[in-house]
Amino acid sequence: MHALAERIKREFPDGFVDAVEWRGDLAVTVRPSAVHAVAMFLRHDPEIDCDYMVHVSSVDWPDDEERFEVVWEVASIRKRHRIRLKTRVSEAECQVDSLTDVWYGANFMEREVYDMMGIRFRNHPDLRRILMPDDYTEGYPLRKDFPLQGKGWRDTFEFLNEKV
Amino acid sequence: MNDTEKTYRFEDQRDTIYKVNPEHPETATLPLQRTEELLLNMGPQHPSTHGVLKVILELEGERLVKSTPVLGFLHRGVEKLAEDGTYHQFIPHTDRLDYVCAMYNNFAYCRAVEKLMNITVPERAEYLRTIVAEVQRIIGHQFWLGTQALDIGAMTVFFYTFRDREILLDWFDELCGARLTTSWYRIGGVERDLTPSLISKLRAFLDYFPSKIDEYQVFLEKNRIWVARTKGVAVISAEDALSFGLSGPTLRGSGVDYDMRKHNGGYAAYPHCDFNVPVGKNGDTYDRYWIRVMELYESVKIIKQCLDQMQDGPIMADVPSVTLPPKDRVFTNLDSMIQQFKLFSQGFDAPPGEIYCGTEAHKGELGFYIVSTGGGKPYRMKIRSPSFIHMGAFDHMSRGYMIADAVTIFGTYDIVMGECDR
Amino acid sequence: MGLIQLGRHQKDGDIDVITTTIERAVNWARKGSLWPMTFGLACCAIEMIAAVSSRYDMDRYGAGVFRASPRQSDLMIVAGTVCRRMAPVIRKIYDQMPEPKYVIAMGSCATSGNIYDSYSVVQGVDRFVPVDIYVPGCPPTPEALFDGILKLQERIMQKRVFTTQPEQVKA
Repeated sequence: MHALAERIKREFPDGFVDAVEWRGDLAVTVRPSAVHAVAMFLRHDPEIDCDYMVHVSSVDWPDDEERFEVVWEVASIRKRHRIRLKTRVSEAECQVDSLTDVWYGANFMEREVYDMMGIRFRNHPDLRRILMPDDYTEGYPLRKDFPLQGKGWRDTFEFLNEKV
Repeated sequence: MNDTEKTYRFEDQRDTIYKVNPEHPETATLPLQRTEELLLNMGPQHPSTHGVLKVILELEGERLVKSTPVLGFLHRGVEKLAEDGTYHQFIPHTDRLDYVCAMYNNFAYCRAVEKLMNITVPERAEYLRTIVAEVQRIIGHQFWLGTQALDIGAMTVFFYTFRDREILLDWFDELCGARLTTSWYRIGGVERDLTPSLISKLRAFLDYFPSKIDEYQVFLEKNRIWVARTKGVAVISAEDALSFGLSGPTLRGSGVDYDMRKHNGGYAAYPHCDFNVPVGKNGDTYDRYWIRVMELYESVKIIKQCLDQMQDGPIMADVPSVTLPPKDRVFTNLDSMIQQFKLFSQGFDAPPGEIYCGTEAHKGELGFYIVSTGGGKPYRMKIRSPSFIHMGAFDHMSRGYMIADAVTIFGTYDIVMGECDR
Repeated sequence: MGLIQLGRHQKDGDIDVITTTIERAVNWARKGSLWPMTFGLACCAIEMIAAVSSRYDMDRYGAGVFRASPRQSDLMIVAGTVCRRMAPVIRKIYDQMPEPKYVIAMGSCATSGNIYDSYSVVQGVDRFVPVDIYVPGCPPTPEALFDGILKLQERIMQKRVFTTQPEQVKA
């Protein structure tokens, strides 16, 4: 196992789920309850020192019980390494801790995940839709059960009936 | 609210603001005034927002107190469309993400898929990729120089950069048949080789161009208004810039020496080239401008070295199950035609797994996070676009500046909305 | 030039006399001073900028005075992908433009949605704004945009200003 993954496993024996290294990328899966603590550890540990937010993403696995996978990818510019931190939540729960207080950049990226996949972030300062309008009602476009052409919103032009 | 309440509220505010002595209220001769923050809506139709960006500015007088970017006016659902097509079919979509800099988007995407498929690109193809990517970087920075100066009132340099940009767009036209949406990169290599005519034209341009960069610099650096409007505007510290995930010239302007072309081992032919990574000091717009201009010189250097070092060889990796057959064989050979058809319509069988691959585009780190479950289509593709992430820092970087500086602060990131909203 | 073709009488002196109709004169003035809106949506906007700048110089056709306000312009070049979220804005800008107004749908996206057959892209700007000229291409080169503008000028010359328009010539 990768040394960084060993480290995380040692520090968080309860929260650690597994670690995969594939094509040179290290991905560490932790329990949702441990995400924030692990993130703080990655950020502030002098040996790991992940100061750079790469991206926040999410994957939808509709067949699994823990349907959504939230992915934070962080890197250390000084130490030149990159870690992918992942966690799985079920559709009923659908909420994870926000990491905005650890990396500022998580603010917009987590909003995008919320907008596209409908995963809520606890303690997020401004959890609103970002790419779709605030009053968009059709759901979350990147979920696998959402049709590519949408549910009719793109073809309705209610503003044409408004009196100027 | 009745009248007395209103008066009371105004009096109350006046007391706090103008420090009226309560024992001698008659000394306060000011009329009833009140101050409050003004909400100003900028965009989505505004000539300086580079497309369709909307920002709600909260103003106190002329100072920006808070600004809220409203994105998504060009959200085209590219990530959803990616799940619907094969890996080869997605290449034209990447052109239209960052349409100023299409080649580099192709490059970043192809690199990600090659990482997923574990393909090694032949050496000549790596050199060709580097040359064209750096030509694209020159175009991108020229575009930025022109439009950013235009937005804050320095119009002349716009015509000069666009004059030189046209030369390179013609070069692209000869290379791949399109000026903007190029789709020249392929998974495993490039679509076609440089012809002798293209190489001689490029060499002529490289001899001509450095004196023109000097010209741009004179136009801007001798323009006192432009300098006053960029120096000390949109400052961000290195620590904050990293935490926000800024990258490219925006990050290097704050003094962080990080360029993926050079660090982490580099990629393509960059490790074989000798070039510098300019790094700023103050983290303001002027430093970012300086970095971009210096990168123009560095790009010229890189292209020259690549043209000198490049050896003959194949331009496409020899992995028939993934890479496309050469075009002339497709038109003459039935098997190749079937292979090309199958690769585009059904795709190749990608191994299950997930990768992230970042590439240093001229705006910053452009990354693709691909989740594959096997089969010809990506299960999930996330595009890490620098413009979107830079917009996340807009509020932080704009606080306290004058309203007229808002335009400079948009400009400082080099945002392109197609990439920002995807 | 639409005016000169009408008939030109060389008199004895230096002065040329042109006979024309007021309608033609008005149309000629209109076609020669198209003021477009700076309304770039996506990729095509870059080619629109290129059309205005150094090499191509759209001013030659009288269509180079780009205005930032819809109230001063009479040509809207819809350059780029029209997303559903942007649609009300486009319509509002169109409504704010003074008559006579013309719309060019530049590029495949504005014409038909192009490859973006997704949940948020309107499949052609003509769903909610009347379009006069469609310019194909992804993106169209500046030459293609000029062709569209010249076609629009031809169309303007055919318009009736003071009399009612016959059905077959109507845009």
